[in-house]
Amino acid sequence: MKEENKKDAVAETSVPAQEAPPVEAAEGPAAPAEEGAAIDPAAQEPAEGHAAQGEEKGFLADNVRSLSPMQLVLKRFFRSKLSLIGLATIVALFLFCWLGPLFSPYGEETIDYDANGRLNVTVTEIKIPLTDENGDYVYDEDGNQVTVSVWRVQKSEMLVDTLANPSAEHWFGTDKNGYDVLTRIMYGGRVSLTLSLIVVLLETVFGVILGGLAGYFGKWVDSLIMRIVDIFNCIPTLPLLLIIGSVLEGAGVDPNDRIYFMMVFLTLFGWTGIARIVRGQILSLREQEFMVSATARGLSTARKIFRHLVPNVMPQLIVSMTLGLGSVILMEASLSYLGMGVPLTKASWGGMINDVKDPTVLQNYLNLWVPPGICIVLAVLGFNFIGDGLRDAFDPKAKR
Amino acid sequence: MAKYIIKRILISILILFGVSIILYTLLRCMPGDYVTQKFTANPSFENSEEKLELMKELYGLNDSIFVGYFKWLFGNPTLQTRGAILFDFGTSFLYDRPVTEVIADKMWISFALTLLSLVIYYPLAVFLGTRAAVKQYGAFDYATTVLTMIGISFPTFFFSAIVVKIFAYDLGWFDTGLGQVSGGMYNPTAWELFIDQAWHLVLPIFVVVVLSLGSIMRYTRTNMLEVLNADYIRTARAKGLSERSVIYKHAFKNTMIPMVTMLAGLLPGLFGGSMILEDFFKVDGIGRIAYTAMNAGDIPFVMGYNMFLALLTVLGMLLTDLMYVAVDPRVKLTR
Repeated sequence: MKEENKKDAVAETSVPAQEAPPVEAAEGPAAPAEEGAAIDPAAQEPAEGHAAQGEEKGFLADNVRSLSPMQLVLKRFFRSKLSLIGLATIVALFLFCWLGPLFSPYGEETIDYDANGRLNVTVTEIKIPLTDENGDYVYDEDGNQVTVSVWRVQKSEMLVDTLANPSAEHWFGTDKNGYDVLTRIMYGGRVSLTLSLIVVLLETVFGVILGGLAGYFGKWVDSLIMRIVDIFNCIPTLPLLLIIGSVLEGAGVDPNDRIYFMMVFLTLFGWTGIARIVRGQILSLREQEFMVSATARGLSTARKIFRHLVPNVMPQLIVSMTLGLGSVILMEASLSYLGMGVPLTKASWGGMINDVKDPTVLQNYLNLWVPPGICIVLAVLGFNFIGDGLRDAFDPKAKR
Repeated sequence: MAKYIIKRILISILILFGVSIILYTLLRCMPGDYVTQKFTANPSFENSEEKLELMKELYGLNDSIFVGYFKWLFGNPTLQTRGAILFDFGTSFLYDRPVTEVIADKMWISFALTLLSLVIYYPLAVFLGTRAAVKQYGAFDYATTVLTMIGISFPTFFFSAIVVKIFAYDLGWFDTGLGQVSGGMYNPTAWELFIDQAWHLVLPIFVVVVLSLGSIMRYTRTNMLEVLNADYIRTARAKGLSERSVIYKHAFKNTMIPMVTMLAGLLPGLFGGSMILEDFFKVDGIGRIAYTAMNAGDIPFVMGYNMFLALLTVLGMLLTDLMYVAVDPRVKLTR
């Protein structure tokens, strides 16, 4: 089969309401990829609501057998609208956070000292008791003292443009310290997104190595590693990270670097999930024929684990990695919200929402806390959509 | 069976030891221990080194981590504790009462909060999940999938803020002061007090329901889809059973196997409370108490609280396994 033909088929079938191709997903990259040739009866059932079905089917049947497992997965992934929405959201967020600041006149720590003549106005009521000619206090019929109120209005020029309303100058206004909210959201996003990517990558490396060892060797290696996994699983994450946060503070770690240390600890306590998945898969895989063949060929242990077993776990790994990205973002946001993330001068989505602890902000300054919150939701949702789409795409039993 | 349980319990004890060693080491590394924090800030306290040392000695903060851990575990003669091994976690520095007593006192409000939410979201999630699976890729499926996904993507504090802003500030249905009771109630009767307190729990319960619905609903949906693909469902259809009977009698019962076991695993966790939620809504549950204690460097309480959580987790895992045996006759525990 020609390479271009495959590409065409992929492009063709990404039209949403199309007949499903013979979907018999491969066991993974290590397994021989002949499944494309088999026709799945499920795929033969007429799908509802599209014309020219017969022609399409003929066209597809000629081409489909040439699709590699990876192409099948990609095709199924791109056919799902939700995964596309998720992907678009994430790409948009990345562009917004990395390119956005280039167009912003403000920096992350720029305090706007130009208040445009806004005034600080304080109004105080001063009550003066009313007196009659004799200098006695006057009472009304209920026996209450009659007073006259005088209102004192004090005005002063604002030094910093704090808590400004959204305007052309500051699209989302400014916060209590006179920082531009929109710019801070961009910089905060950089922290959240980078952090989640790095943590998840590290977690996966850790989890794959330890889970792989546990699953492959079994016996005491397995028991030892799985007991460590159990222990880490039983430690409540949020309290633990709060404790670590304050330990770091006490150890004299520069607040600017604290988030990197937190990242290390997030990794250290987050690899257990991945390790479990990898171990479970490898336990069943290592009994299969291709592993017997690998042993017979005298391959080294490392090669058997990392070239033959781990690639077979990739589908589950990729899915749990994407879903993990969302949960790391949520965790980082919670930590920042509780003040254990980046220092206050630096921006972070969770930290910006922390302002709602002030009831006035909660009630009147929606522009301060709603945008960063929406960003968190979008990021997590985007990653969840992608993860979900990938899971369906990787699923060999999927009907469409 | 009995052998399996005993083995599991022994392993659980081992796990709890591991957890306690890690936690104790970390806690003792925390800067600004309770005594220093409290007594150096107190003007009436003569700030002499000697007295500070004496206090530290009294609170058991002068021992090395190793000795301190052993005293925590096996009892401290000077503090007259019996040690964590006998479920005596000592006296809380901050609350000045035995840790177990504070936990036993405060866990009920957290329990009420999470249990009430569970009672609402669990059946709802199972219902929605089943419907979504039956109508896979239909409009209902997409709608619930998207909505519940949005639900699980919200950070607790952000969703709580939105809910409070809308229902308490804008609509004025709830007390904007949050907390557990309204201020300024004059001589309330027991009934009024109860209604008032219940009303204060409505918003936090709503938040928990919305945020937890998604994961359970998706879990149900996945399970239901798996069951619907099984051979016995094909058989049931082939026998000519009505679709209603196939789904709600044959498929649903099998879907409920993992669901019920999961529920058993959730139960112990209900007592643990939630730090962020309780802190936001100023509910005096165990989560909020623990958060305050953590900020104050109250080592006995934080240790006690975290061990309590770890114990609940271990219990949950054990219960899940046992529940499998109870619900599914095909499962036998052998190991």
